[in-house]
Amino acid sequence: MKLTLKVWRQKNAENKGEFKTYQMDHVSEDMSFLEMFDVLNDDLVRKGEDTVAFDHDCREGICGMCSMYINGRPHGPLKGTTTCQLHMRHFKDGETITVEPWRATAFPIIKDLMVDRSAFDRIIQAGGYISINTGNAVDANSTPIPKLDADKAFDAASCIGCGACVATCKNASAMLFVSAKVSQLALLPQGQPERHQRVKKMVEIMDAEGFGNCTNTGACEVECPKGISLENIARMNRDFLVANVVD
Amino acid sequence: MKLDAKIPEGPIAEKWTKYKATIPLVNPANKRHIEIIVVGSGLAGSSAAASLAEMGYKVKVFCFQDSPRRAHSIAAQGGINAAKNYSNDGDSVHRLFYDTIKGGDYRSREGNVHRLAEVSTSIIDQCVAQGVPFAREYGGLLDNRSFGGVQVSRTFYAKGQTGQQLLLGAYSALSRQIGRKQAEMYTRHEMLDVVIIDGKARGIIARNLTNGKIERYFGHAVVMATGGYGNVFFLSTNAMGCNVTAIWRAHKKGAFFGNPCFTQIHPTCIPVSGDHQSKLTLMSESLRNDGRIWVPKAKGDNRKPSEIPEDERDYYLERRYPAFGNLVPRDIASRAAKERCDAGYGVGTSKMAVYLDFSDAINRLGKDTIEARYGNLFEIYDKITGEDPYTNAMRIYPAVHYTMGGLWVDYNLMTTIPGLYATGECNFSDHGANRLGASALMQGLADGYFVLPITIGDFLSKEIGTKAIPTNHPAFEEAENAVTERIKKLMSIQGSEPVDYFHKKLGLTMWEYCGMGRNAEGLAKAKKIVQEIKKDFWSNVRIPGAPNETNPELEKALRVADFIELGELMIDDALNRNESCGGHFREEYQTPEGEALRDDNNYAYVAAWEYTGDNQPEVLHKEQLVFDNIKLVQRSYK
Ligand SMILES: Cc1cc2nc3c(=O)[nH]c(=O)nc-3n(C[C@H](O)[C@H](O)[C@H](O)COP(=O)(O)OP(=O)(O)OC[C@H]3O[C@@H](n4cnc5c(N)ncnc54)[C@H](O)[C@@H]3O)c2cc1C
Ligand code: SF4
Ligand code: FES
Repeated sequence: MKLTLKVWRQKNAENKGEFKTYQMDHVSEDMSFLEMFDVLNDDLVRKGEDTVAFDHDCREGICGMCSMYINGRPHGPLKGTTTCQLHMRHFKDGETITVEPWRATAFPIIKDLMVDRSAFDRIIQAGGYISINTGNAVDANSTPIPKLDADKAFDAASCIGCGACVATCKNASAMLFVSAKVSQLALLPQGQPERHQRVKKMVEIMDAEGFGNCTNTGACEVECPKGISLENIARMNRDFLVANVVD
Repeated sequence: MKLDAKIPEGPIAEKWTKYKATIPLVNPANKRHIEIIVVGSGLAGSSAAASLAEMGYKVKVFCFQDSPRRAHSIAAQGGINAAKNYSNDGDSVHRLFYDTIKGGDYRSREGNVHRLAEVSTSIIDQCVAQGVPFAREYGGLLDNRSFGGVQVSRTFYAKGQTGQQLLLGAYSALSRQIGRKQAEMYTRHEMLDVVIIDGKARGIIARNLTNGKIERYFGHAVVMATGGYGNVFFLSTNAMGCNVTAIWRAHKKGAFFGNPCFTQIHPTCIPVSGDHQSKLTLMSESLRNDGRIWVPKAKGDNRKPSEIPEDERDYYLERRYPAFGNLVPRDIASRAAKERCDAGYGVGTSKMAVYLDFSDAINRLGKDTIEARYGNLFEIYDKITGEDPYTNAMRIYPAVHYTMGGLWVDYNLMTTIPGLYATGECNFSDHGANRLGASALMQGLADGYFVLPITIGDFLSKEIGTKAIPTNHPAFEEAENAVTERIKKLMSIQGSEPVDYFHKKLGLTMWEYCGMGRNAEGLAKAKKIVQEIKKDFWSNVRIPGAPNETNPELEKALRVADFIELGELMIDDALNRNESCGGHFREEYQTPEGEALRDDNNYAYVAAWEYTGDNQPEVLHKEQLVFDNIKLVQRSYK
C-alpha cells in the first residue's frame, strides 16, 4: 500500500507545532499502525531527521499508553480498538491519514504525539482506592459477592486510562474515566465504607485539574476502546448527589 | 566471595514463620527517617512501595512509562496461583511447593519456593480486599481454573486480564500512599546506574525522559523491580520498553547475575507475520484448558483445518503425554511444537505454526461459554490476524515470554551488593529452569507485599544511625559523569543505521542459537556474531536529536547497548551448562524420547556470574542447590 501521512510535529511543550507530510510507499496490510510509525522513524533516522515521538508500550491494547488521534478520532476508525491494535488492512491504498496528539488543556503536549496524562494519576491518588494496609485482609471467600455485581465491577475496572474519552469530548471532560473507577469500587462491598468520601474527593480533583463539564453528548462511550458504559457516569452522578446530601 | 543464600535453619514448613519472628525490626520513629528507592512500578514494585510506605518508610518510586499503572504486569492475561484449595481438589502449600520445584526442573531453591507457596494465599485475600474483581461463581465465591504442569485448579483470574486487575489493585494502594505524601512517584524516569558508597547501594542515577536531565537520588536502600529481559530477543511477548538496563548496570557494579540463559519460550503465541513485526502477542495458557493442539498427520496438508477429518489429525501432546495432555508445562509444549514444525508438519503460510482448536469445546459447552471465558483473547487474535477463531482453528507458535534468570538474591531478596534488593521477574529466585503458568504474578506480589517489607528490616535495622547522604557526594558525581559520558559517546557516533537494526540482528542471533534449542557449536558461533554486532553498534548507530530533550531513539540505544552485553553472558551461561533442564535445552543432552536430560551430579547449582571488567570474562560462582524435601527425579508428564 501507498499512504500519505500528515503528522503533528511539535518539538516540545513551549514550541508551536505544525503538520508535516510523509510519503509511505511500502505499507503492508499486516502492519499495525504503530509498526508503520516504526518504519517511518527508521527511514527518518537514515535520512538524518528527528523521529516522531509517540507513546506506546504493551502494543496489546491493555497498558493504555498509545494515544494517537487518527483522522479526527482517538485511536482511529475501528470500534473497541486502541491505536496499537489497529492494523493497516483497515485503510485504503492511496489514502491520506492525519495523525494528531490528544488535545485537552489537562493533557499538555510533551513532544509530537506525546501528551502528559498525569492528571489521571492525581485523580486516583485523591481517592481511587480502598484503604486497606497490606496484611489486614480477611479470607477472600468470607464475603461472597453476587456474580453479577462482580462482573459489572470488572467491566468498569477494565478501563485502561488512555484518555480517549477526554480527547474526543468537546468539553474535554474526564467523567467516563473517573466514573469507571468510582463505579468499580461502589459496586463492591469492600468499597462501601469510603464510598461517599471517595466520589467527592475524586470529583474535586477532576475539576481542579482543568477537565471540562459533562454535557451528556455520549461521545466518550462511542470512542472508548474498552467499551466503558455511560451507566457508570449515571451511577457516579447519583453517588455524588447522595454524598453531598449526606454531608 | 562465597555465596551465602542465608536460608534459615529448621524444617522447611517452619523456616519462614520462625525467621519472620526473629528478624530485626525498625521502630516507627526510625522508619520515618529511612528512605527507600524502588525502581519499577509493576506488581513487584508497586506492591513493595505501597507496603513499605504503609509501614512508615519514605519511598521514592521510578518507572519509565508515563504512569505506574502501565508497567508490563498490566499485560498478564491468564491468572495467579494460590494454594487456597477452594476447589477442594487436594491442593495444599506442599503441593504448590512441589509443583513449582518440579516444574522448574529442580533448579530452584527449596527454602524460597516453600515461602512463596506459603504466602500465596494471603495475596488473594489482600487483592480481594483492595477491590480486585476476580471471576466468581454464581454462589458469589471465587472461581478457579487450571494451568499447565499441575493437576489441580488453583488459578484465580479476572477474565483474560488478571495482570491488569492485580496491577490496578497495587497501583491503587501505591496511589493512596502518593496521595498521603508517604511515597513520591517519578514517572518517565529511566534508571541508568546505581550509586555505591562504602560498599552499599545508596542511590541511583536516572534520566528524566521528558527533558533529558540526568538526576541523582539517594536512598538508604535500593529495590529493583524492573521486570524481565526477554526483549534481548527483539521479538517477544514483552512490552516494547522492557529492558535489562537497570539490573545490568547493577550487575556491572557488583551484583551477580543468576542463570542468565534460563529463558521461557511460551508455546501459544500468534506466529510472526513479516519483518516489520515489532512484538509477539501471547495467547494465554488458560486457552489450553479448552483448546486442543494438533497438526495434520500428513506433511504439507493444505486443507482448511475444519476440512481435515478427526483421524487425519495428530494431537501430538495428547499422544505423547496422556496424563497431562494439552496442559504439559510450557517448555515441553514449546519444544513439541518446534519438533513437529521442524519435521515438516507445520501449518500456515510460513509452516512455522500449529493449530489450537476450540471446535470440540464450542460443541461441548456452547459458543457463549467459550466467549465468557476467553472473549478478549479471541478478539485480540481476530484483530491481529484478521481471522475469526470461533470458526477457524487458531494458528500458534512458541515465542520468548519470560526470563527465569536475573539478579542473584539471597533469602532476604538481597543481591550481592549490600542494600540492593531485587524482586519480581528481575531476580532469579523461584522458578528454576522453567516457570509454571500463573506463578509470576504470584511471585511478584509475594515479594512485594509479604517478603521484602519484612526481610529488608535485616539490613535497615543496622542503618537507623545513617543520615541521608547528600547527592553531591563524590560517588554520585562519579556515577553521573559515567552516565553522561556514555550518552555523549552514543550521540557522537552518528553512523548510518537506526537502533532497531542492531536490535533485530541481535534478536535473530539469540533466537537461532540461544533459543528453544542450543548446542555448543551454535553457541560458539553466536558469541562471535554478538561480538561483531557490538562493534558495529558502537561505530555505526545513528541517534537523531539531542540528549537534553525527549529522545526515544536514545532511550532505545541505551537499552540495546546493554542487551548486547547481556546476550554474550547468556551465551556463556548456556555453554557452561552441559545439561538440559527446563527451558534450557542443550541438544547434546536429551533422552532417547527427546526429553531434557539433566545432570544433577554436576549441574544442580545456580550459576551466579560476577562482572570483572570490560572485555574480561565473567567469573562463575556456584550456589549448590540442596534438596532435603523433594527427591530429584526425571520430570515425567506422561
Ligand atoms: C503477555 C504476558 C502475559 C503474562 N501472563 C501471565 C499470567 O497470566 N500469569 C503470570 O503469573 N504471569 C504472567 N506473565 C508474566 C508476568 O506478567 C511478569 O513476569 C510480571 O508481571 C513481572 O512483574 P514485575 O513487577 O517483576 O515487572 P514489570 O511489570 O515488568 O515492571 C517493571 C517496572 O520496572 C520499570 N523499569 C524497568 N526498567 C527500568 C529502568 N531502567 N528505569 C526505571 N524503571 C524501569 C518499568 O517502568 C515498570 O514499572 C505474563 C507476561 C506476559 C509478557
Ligand atoms: S474510559 Fe475508556 S477512553 Fe476513557 S480512559 Fe478509560 S479506557 Fe480510555
Ligand atoms: S501500547 Fe499499550 S494499549 Fe496501545
